[in-house]
Amino acid sequence: MQQIFGRPQGLTDVLQRYCPGCGHGVVHRIIGELLVKLNIRERTVGIAPVGCSVFADEYFNCDMIQPPHGRGPAVSTGIKRTRPNCIVFSYQGDGDLAAIGTAEIVHAAARNENITVIFINNAIFGMTGGQMAPTTLPGMRSTTSVQGRDIKKQGYPIKVCELLAGLDGPYYLVRTAVNTPKNVIATEKAIKNAFVNQVDNKGFSLVEILSMCPTNWGMTPVQAKKWTDESMIKYYPLGEYRNRAKEGK
Amino acid sequence: MAEKKLMYGNHAMVEGVIAAGCRFFAGYPITPQNEIPEYMSVRMNEIGGVFIQTESEIAAINMLFGAAAAGKRAMTSSSSPGISLMQEGISYIAGADMPVLVVNVVRGGPGLGNIAPAQSDYYQATRGGGHGDYFTITLAPNSAQELYEFPRLTFELAEKYRNPALILADGLLGQMMEPVALSAEPVDPNTLPEPPYALSGCRGRERRVTRSYDLKAGHLEEWNWRRNAKYAQIIKEEQRSEAVSCDDADLIIVAYGTCARVCGAAIRMAREKGLKVGLLRPITLWPFPKNSLLALAKTAKDFLVVEMNLGQMVDDVKLAIECTRKIHFHGRPGGGVPTPPEIYEKIVEILGGA
Repeated sequence: MQQIFGRPQGLTDVLQRYCPGCGHGVVHRIIGELLVKLNIRERTVGIAPVGCSVFADEYFNCDMIQPPHGRGPAVSTGIKRTRPNCIVFSYQGDGDLAAIGTAEIVHAAARNENITVIFINNAIFGMTGGQMAPTTLPGMRSTTSVQGRDIKKQGYPIKVCELLAGLDGPYYLVRTAVNTPKNVIATEKAIKNAFVNQVDNKGFSLVEILSMCPTNWGMTPVQAKKWTDESMIKYYPLGEYRNRAKEGK
Repeated sequence: MAEKKLMYGNHAMVEGVIAAGCRFFAGYPITPQNEIPEYMSVRMNEIGGVFIQTESEIAAINMLFGAAAAGKRAMTSSSSPGISLMQEGISYIAGADMPVLVVNVVRGGPGLGNIAPAQSDYYQATRGGGHGDYFTITLAPNSAQELYEFPRLTFELAEKYRNPALILADGLLGQMMEPVALSAEPVDPNTLPEPPYALSGCRGRERRVTRSYDLKAGHLEEWNWRRNAKYAQIIKEEQRSEAVSCDDADLIIVAYGTCARVCGAAIRMAREKGLKVGLLRPITLWPFPKNSLLALAKTAKDFLVVEMNLGQMVDDVKLAIECTRKIHFHGRPGGGVPTPPEIYEKIVEILGGA
């Protein structure tokens, strides 16, 4: 019998503790595959965030570090500047990147720091139990906005790609999703670009991935995928927000 | 013979950092330490090192976390409010057992305070400073020469024990110009061995993970106990202090940094009057030089602790000698700097006049 599908060498052989229907597993697999396909696994250092994917430091089969909440881009900078031959990626959620770590991501992007950022936007604080995130949609319920996010009291969500596209610094900014096979394929392509840009010393690349959190959204995995199409993608349009490669730079 | 140069304390510190083989600096402007990043930016550019002016002290300390985890010598400098911002990062670095060098050019506090020399961050420096059970190795230079020499010593201690380390200075030490003997043999960073924890890509070895968390039942307690054994070893082996005129002294003044310089002058005045006063200058604030104090408590009758704060190190002196001798305190908080006559008066008050 011939094995045609298995765990990529870029992932460790441990059980991942993500909920059914969560998007982290899909993105982990894409990264795990790309580390091997691009032949960069043995020179990669990954940054695991604080949040559900804090355990990413167990799951990626490469050197890993787990820094304070939101500080991934700063820790990445320290590693990349002292070991320029290493490929450094910072894996962050929306609380991590768009709330407590807003300063670090903006300035890493402004410096065009030669790192790859994988930004999981599921519009909720997952690990702490479903509190409102900076990306929670208007009207969306969370444990700290039980009546639904009221923009008069709680303000508007932060659109990270659009925000960073206001800077001259970043090289590549793209938003994708992982709710359909088509979107997963687009996500793989985007993450591949984001790693290749770093290999080619092009600079800061960020892939924002709209991801499902059925547990904290109070949905089944199937409903969550559908809701991603109907609500998330509507508010957070997919596509490239910056691609210097296409501008010939 | 080593080359001697007349240098500002802050510039001497930068040269000391470079002589220690450090090629990574990240920091955010704050008075009174701006000469350090300014001069560092020029020197790092000259020698091909990394200088990053960060968006905040929070970013700076986390860049150090990354650089240290990558196995490289890394330092930042700041002043009191900036060091407060760094405490989260220092706690993580302590929790991950990583060596970094943090320089605190202490200023008057609390809050924005002022920019005058102070020692009011003693508790913060010697009690960990952030959340969780940990200590940071803390050295207190009192001259431009020591500002030059201590970065290397501090890196070596930090790496030996895999622990964050601090140098406590103040604006006065940094602005002072003094002759400095430069090292004939600076450390070539390329000759420093790659530490066994360095994140460098897992080619030809098992992957490495740097973290400060462990959620499995009992594991973190075990980890903390192991770290405590390291602290016990540091306390046993790394106490450093300087004793001046202590052998026959009835009164021992305990002071570090700028205060030790002021007290030195006061002691000379007192000795001229025949008063038997000595100086015990802690060089390591953590570990506190308890052993030297205990030995002096056998002969001296009184101790006078002089600090530029409301009284912080005085607690460590009390703990060290277990209050077996009378312990006096003279403090100047909020950026006040004592003068030699002021200390002399205090000496006379304690020893009964000359």
